[in-house]
Amino acid sequence: MRIALFATCISDVMFPQAAEATVHLLERLGHEVVFPEDQGCCGQMHTNTGYYPEAMPLIRNHVKTFAPVLDGEWDAIVVPSGSCTGSLRHQAELVARDQGEEQVAAYAAELAKKTYDLPELLVNVLGLEDVGAYFPHRVTYHTTCHSLRIARIGDTPIRLLNHVDGLDFVPLPEADVCCGFGGTFSLKNPETSAAMLSDKMANIVSTGAEIVVAGDYSCLMNIGGGLSRTRSGVRSMHLAEVLAGTKEEPWTAPATTTKVG
Amino acid sequence: MTSTIENLAKKLKIRDWAEKDIEASELGWYPGHEQPEDPLRWGQRFPDGAKETLQNTQMRRNLGYATDKIRTKRNTRVDEMPDWEALREAGSNIKRNTVARWPELLEQFEANVTARGGIVHWARDAKEANEIAYSIIKQKQVDEVVKVKSMATQEINLNEYLSERGVQAWETDLAEMIVQLADDMPSHIVVPAIHRNRAEVKAIFEARMGDAPENMGNEPRELAMAARAHLRKKFLSAKVAISGANMGIAESGTLAIFESEGNGRMCLTLPETLITIMGIEKLVPSYEDIEVFSQLLPRSATGERMNPYTSFWTGVTPGDGPQEFHLILMDNGRTDVLADPVGRETLKCIRCGACMNICPVYRHVGGHAYNSVYPGPIGAILTPQLLGSFDHNDPASTLPFASSLCGACYDACPVKIDIPTILVHLRHRYTEANRGGVPSIWDVGMGATSKIMGKGKAMEVAGKALHPARVIGGPRRRIGHIPLPLAKDWTFVRDVPAPPAQSFREWWNDREGEK
Repeated sequence: MRIALFATCISDVMFPQAAEATVHLLERLGHEVVFPEDQGCCGQMHTNTGYYPEAMPLIRNHVKTFAPVLDGEWDAIVVPSGSCTGSLRHQAELVARDQGEEQVAAYAAELAKKTYDLPELLVNVLGLEDVGAYFPHRVTYHTTCHSLRIARIGDTPIRLLNHVDGLDFVPLPEADVCCGFGGTFSLKNPETSAAMLSDKMANIVSTGAEIVVAGDYSCLMNIGGGLSRTRSGVRSMHLAEVLAGTKEEPWTAPATTTKVG
Repeated sequence: MTSTIENLAKKLKIRDWAEKDIEASELGWYPGHEQPEDPLRWGQRFPDGAKETLQNTQMRRNLGYATDKIRTKRNTRVDEMPDWEALREAGSNIKRNTVARWPELLEQFEANVTARGGIVHWARDAKEANEIAYSIIKQKQVDEVVKVKSMATQEINLNEYLSERGVQAWETDLAEMIVQLADDMPSHIVVPAIHRNRAEVKAIFEARMGDAPENMGNEPRELAMAARAHLRKKFLSAKVAISGANMGIAESGTLAIFESEGNGRMCLTLPETLITIMGIEKLVPSYEDIEVFSQLLPRSATGERMNPYTSFWTGVTPGDGPQEFHLILMDNGRTDVLADPVGRETLKCIRCGACMNICPVYRHVGGHAYNSVYPGPIGAILTPQLLGSFDHNDPASTLPFASSLCGACYDACPVKIDIPTILVHLRHRYTEANRGGVPSIWDVGMGATSKIMGKGKAMEVAGKALHPARVIGGPRRRIGHIPLPLAKDWTFVRDVPAPPAQSFREWWNDREGEK
């Protein structure tokens, strides 16, 4: 398949490892990945903070950049983030309609049908549960809220993890409870957000896992940031990074392993 | 000694409590939230309310324990329903259609209540509802009334209103009575004393319930028996009762109360006069609709297949029950909610509290943080709409932001109110209402990022611009506390990773160049 990658703004600028691993994985599985370079952000942050007019240039740009998928230039759009997938499927159209941009809304609705979160693409579109990955670590999985309740990707990530060679999977207690990030919620309500994060970290530590995995770098930035601050000894990683490597060719993220300076 | 502490407790707010250095053990319970002038708007912003309640570790423990229990029960009772999703859909449609036909159905309801011997009053706001209720009580020349737990009367501060006019209203729901005895405010719409544990309840009874038995233990059974004996006297002497309503059925003029303890049934049957105050959104068109809601409501509210007491009454019946029945139909902002095509879905709410029990924000901060009698996710959308609070100076305008938008409330809601979408919509109404004037830090940030994040080229520049910050990360490649506005709020409990050596875009371009 010819798959267009929407890297997401947070992965592009702060956590390139998620998008890089997605490219690596899909190419390893024999697919062609393209990166439409005019892409920016899906507009989720602006929308969720209530800034619809400010979200519009982002939504317009996204629709324009990815419209070729409707002409068959690509077979699908992949997004290494449940919340951005959710936003593109449910908010882009809604906001455009609210702002009186019917044509953009119509395009957004069509694009939504071709837009998939990575684990969904692998399991539901490509029909894969075993992607041939090797990852010899004890891992727990946080089902991010938006992948679960907006993008509705179901248990596809768990099915993928269960087929990873060497991986010791431990279920996370209260996995479906929010980690307290919620985008600007964590800035507008820092105290409450911290209390929620504290619960999430306690549950993660209780599993004895060395790595907490999720499919969304925004949640991982929150959870990982807390785990790092408390010197918990637990790392956070994106699902794509776990699935990218094989026994013969372990995967490491180029941009983050480069030495400082 | 006890009376000194008690008097002190009456005056103190939670905030003062710690400063005055009074041991909780001296009284056995912390003072709750003092009676506000307006029960819908207590005067604090949500983040400030939460900051205060987050310090109350006893409350947080009580709340965590209780919501866990209710949630587990609710899930069990929902899982055994093969047609749960169909029921939700039915409940949602009935409510949506009702609101779409409001004027017509309300008139039908009024006609049917009147035809069956009830007296219907219309109240535009809290003031009118209170005045009507008081004028009826005054005619009866009584100085006390018994009450069925009711959010509608909480919303308008009826008890306070009556008390100022020399009428004592006794709450007869156990939890509501605990809240009333402690001069507290409810912190949940179904379980008003959810923030209290049994030791606190015992201490409250001892301090405030005149006829509490001596040597009472803190076993729920003993406490319930003490309350029962205390309330029995009120039921037998009261001539007037006040209730809310879970449902009003337009085609028959029937009203319904769903409850657990039977106190409601006592109030609905023993006194001579019954006054019901009903928010106009509680209407359903037909008797058949009860089938749907009597399955949805108990399961969602308390995790029961059916609640122990369900009472229906239609007007008055000579020789049986109250001989005079007044129904006050109250708007108090509800028609304003109707005016917003997105926000009006809020009016579907059947006040089951399922959204509160599932909400991770509510679970930590409790009901009092929301500074309204309507807490939790539904309160976050209902309160600002009832009040029309969208100005940034109004504390209630912070409520739509009191959610991480995790969506758990939407999945739990038995009438499928898309709370997350309405929250976002109300945030949008807030930003639009506050445009112009001095731009906030958010206006500036959102405006600036809007210009950058919608263009691939600008994103490339932004990515590169971040690289120098990598040095701040040091060898751990982690950035700790950043003492700048907003950043400080994020980094007080979290590290931030140092920016990567290369953005994804640069990596991709390099790779393409090598090909």
